[in-house]
Amino acid sequence: MIDESVVNLSRLQFALTALYHFLFVPLTIGLGFIIAIMESVYVMTGKIIYKDMTRFWGKLFAINFAMGIATGITLEFQFGTNWAYYAHYVGDIFGVPLAIEGLMAFFLESTFVGLFFLGWDRLTKVQHLAVTWLVALGANLSALWILIANAWMQNPVGSHFNYETMRMELSSLATVFFNPVAQVKFVHTVAAGYVTGSIFVLGISAYYLLKKQDLAFARRSFAVAAGFGLASILSVIVLGDESGYTLGEVQKVKLAAIEGMWETEPAPAAFTLFGFPDDKAQTTHFSLKIPYALGIIATRSLDTPVIGLKDLILQNEVRIKRGVIAYELLQKLRRDQANPRVKQEFEKFKNDLGYGLLLKRYKPNVVDATSEEIHQAALTSVPKSWPIFWSFRIMVGASLIMLFLFIAAFYFNAKRNIESKKWLLKLALYSIPLPWLASECGWIVAEYGRQPWAIGEILPTFLGVSSVSSTQVLFSLISLIALYTGLLVVELYLMFKYARLGPSTLKTGRYDLEQAVSR
Amino acid sequence: MIIEYETLKLIWLLLIGALFYGFAVTGGMDLGVAALFTRLGTTDKERRIILASIGPTWEGNQVWLVTAAAALFAAWPLMYAAAFSSLYGLFLLVLLSLILRPPGLDYRNKLPSPRWRSLWDSALVLSGLIPAFLFGVTFGNLFSGFSFHYDDILRPVLEGTFFSSMTMLNLGFGLVSLSLISLQGAFFIQHKTPEPLESRAIKMARLLGIVFIFSFTVAWSWTVFKIEGFSILHMPNLNQSIVPTSKIIQKGVGLWLTNYHKFPVGYFAPLVSIICVIMALIFSANKKSGLALLSNSIAIAGTLITAGFTLFPFILPSTHSPNHSLTIWDACSTHLTLLWMFIAVLILLPIVLGYTSWVFRVMRGKVDTMTQDEY
Repeated sequence: MIDESVVNLSRLQFALTALYHFLFVPLTIGLGFIIAIMESVYVMTGKIIYKDMTRFWGKLFAINFAMGIATGITLEFQFGTNWAYYAHYVGDIFGVPLAIEGLMAFFLESTFVGLFFLGWDRLTKVQHLAVTWLVALGANLSALWILIANAWMQNPVGSHFNYETMRMELSSLATVFFNPVAQVKFVHTVAAGYVTGSIFVLGISAYYLLKKQDLAFARRSFAVAAGFGLASILSVIVLGDESGYTLGEVQKVKLAAIEGMWETEPAPAAFTLFGFPDDKAQTTHFSLKIPYALGIIATRSLDTPVIGLKDLILQNEVRIKRGVIAYELLQKLRRDQANPRVKQEFEKFKNDLGYGLLLKRYKPNVVDATSEEIHQAALTSVPKSWPIFWSFRIMVGASLIMLFLFIAAFYFNAKRNIESKKWLLKLALYSIPLPWLASECGWIVAEYGRQPWAIGEILPTFLGVSSVSSTQVLFSLISLIALYTGLLVVELYLMFKYARLGPSTLKTGRYDLEQAVSR
Repeated sequence: MIIEYETLKLIWLLLIGALFYGFAVTGGMDLGVAALFTRLGTTDKERRIILASIGPTWEGNQVWLVTAAAALFAAWPLMYAAAFSSLYGLFLLVLLSLILRPPGLDYRNKLPSPRWRSLWDSALVLSGLIPAFLFGVTFGNLFSGFSFHYDDILRPVLEGTFFSSMTMLNLGFGLVSLSLISLQGAFFIQHKTPEPLESRAIKMARLLGIVFIFSFTVAWSWTVFKIEGFSILHMPNLNQSIVPTSKIIQKGVGLWLTNYHKFPVGYFAPLVSIICVIMALIFSANKKSGLALLSNSIAIAGTLITAGFTLFPFILPSTHSPNHSLTIWDACSTHLTLLWMFIAVLILLPIVLGYTSWVFRVMRGKVDTMTQDEY
């Protein structure tokens, strides 16, 4: 029998460590690109200030990068330590993008990052620039393969169930690679990383402008961030909308949960701007709706309805019942493998096997489940709406503020009177947390919205856990939280310290605070 | 398909071995350096020089481990699942210490306070010592076996505890890997740093070499002569997909010698390890640090091959239900997955090796002042 406390603790541990890792990843992706742009300007114009920009923002990049690589391994290990049946059941497919990520992307990024910091004297200008671009490219490719793996969890294409080995097996790597969910996720996520990098540079540069510190350096950094950031935020929003369309096609439950939409809406569906989803009463209170909007986003048409949660639950109940039959046939098939009639019958029901497995929570042999338990399983076959509903709205709200910020920053920067706009500089400074808020909320929408599945409609999350004890998981959870909290304090302290000191930390003798720097 | 399933299963044993070998040789230098640097460097300046020696390359080196683990996941998912969850506590310790390493190396020099630096010094030593030791303990567990079996839906059910994985023999394996990895670190310090660090590294290597030769000999003989080994009595056709519960395995003292009886040439593997460590010590004493590193890298290969040869084809024996033991024939992914991954490795690994050696070449020679300032 599955130990529920192991399930809950393992989920909490994975969620916390993934959210924590994701504090550092978007900045690595975005800042790497911005640094590469700055260095390109240096190589093209020969102006030394752009080299200083590359090196200073590179210093902050390093503080962040160290934490990124330190916390990535935790996630990789957990698939084995905490999610053993998951690893067993889908490793044939899921492991492949992870391994290719290591070989193609992570090696590239990490091998050259040392040369980026320490190779200035040993490389020509162009060689060093190439190294910097390879680091940025590596970070982006990394995101590509990780998101291909993640997209397969959301929308498991290109694979089939093998009843002999009792696991999912690869049918086509190309299909896994060209998963439509992976494509939109990748562009949305890296663009979000670019926004994070841009706000980071924009906000810190605004701080120098407010303090009248290293003005020439700050102005140029601000300009790069404003231009790159505006392009990035526009792509995030457009591609986010594209994700909405993909969701409408392949993850109807998540879409309905994001919307707090309980009843099926006649076409074209309205978009709920605000409201209070109530999972017990299966309704969303005080909802404020925009007519037509959701229908257009999710179906790109005016005549396709969007299905509500109540109807999805009813559909799932039917699939769970079919899943019970699939499980029964599977047991027969495993006892009597040669029987072609059973095999044929199983083929008909096997797509609902995952739904049958949802009942493992109640009965080890799902065939024994009562109709009350089947009904319960159907009710919990969709995620709770309110966490997703609110995370989504926080994410979108933060993006809209950032859109405004970048438009204003770009406009006043082009008019060359940014320094007189104190309100804008302050807004830029205090907006620094926004992209992190948006990214973390985006993660919650994507991954909490996938529940109760680890692999969409194939493997329930609770079934994926290892047969370890809850004491073990509690112990690892506590030690990880303790270590991670300590490291975060240290990281933020260093980041603030170095960001405040600015380019003076390079000790080139060209900047305002050189005396204050000690080693 | 182009390559037979059975052949691919064998190829993947070699590739997994190669990836872990890549980490042992390159990442081993870094772990060894971290484990030794406070003993060899007494002043802050000396310590900074030692850390600067691995500064430009340790990040890339660590990726060997990340990639090897991911390849293990993709090629042997059953083994990944059962081994990592069985050794839950052990892998948690490895993880916690590995997490300390990147911030340790990057943050140590960022503040001048001596207390800050000595705190990171201890963290860094642990981040080298603990994984280097526990990787050996993990190998020890592969020989003594894991207490697990499969239930009706092939879910691995585990019974081992943290303490049952820490037997005397397994701790001895820990000593083998700790001494061998630290040797790699000592030779690297000798190679990259000026006097007096260089001479101190030579002295330290001598001690570590003796520990290695002694612990390796004891661990090897204890394993093959004293403990229960495993061997196959019946196995379905190797060229097809095999369910891990469908074979018959026997267990008994001395069975870890089965492959040595079949192929006596295997006795050379442990011999090579010992001879190469002795040669490395001689090279090191004669200030030929590059050759010492090379020779020690061959010793690492000898040690890994000894382990692989003794275990073959087992990768995770089960003491609870020997028939459920995992081998390279039945713990692996499908034919298609192994093939695609093989193609990916064929294309990508030479590229990785190419630019990695370019980076090492660019940063060759003793630690320079720019690098010293950063660490």
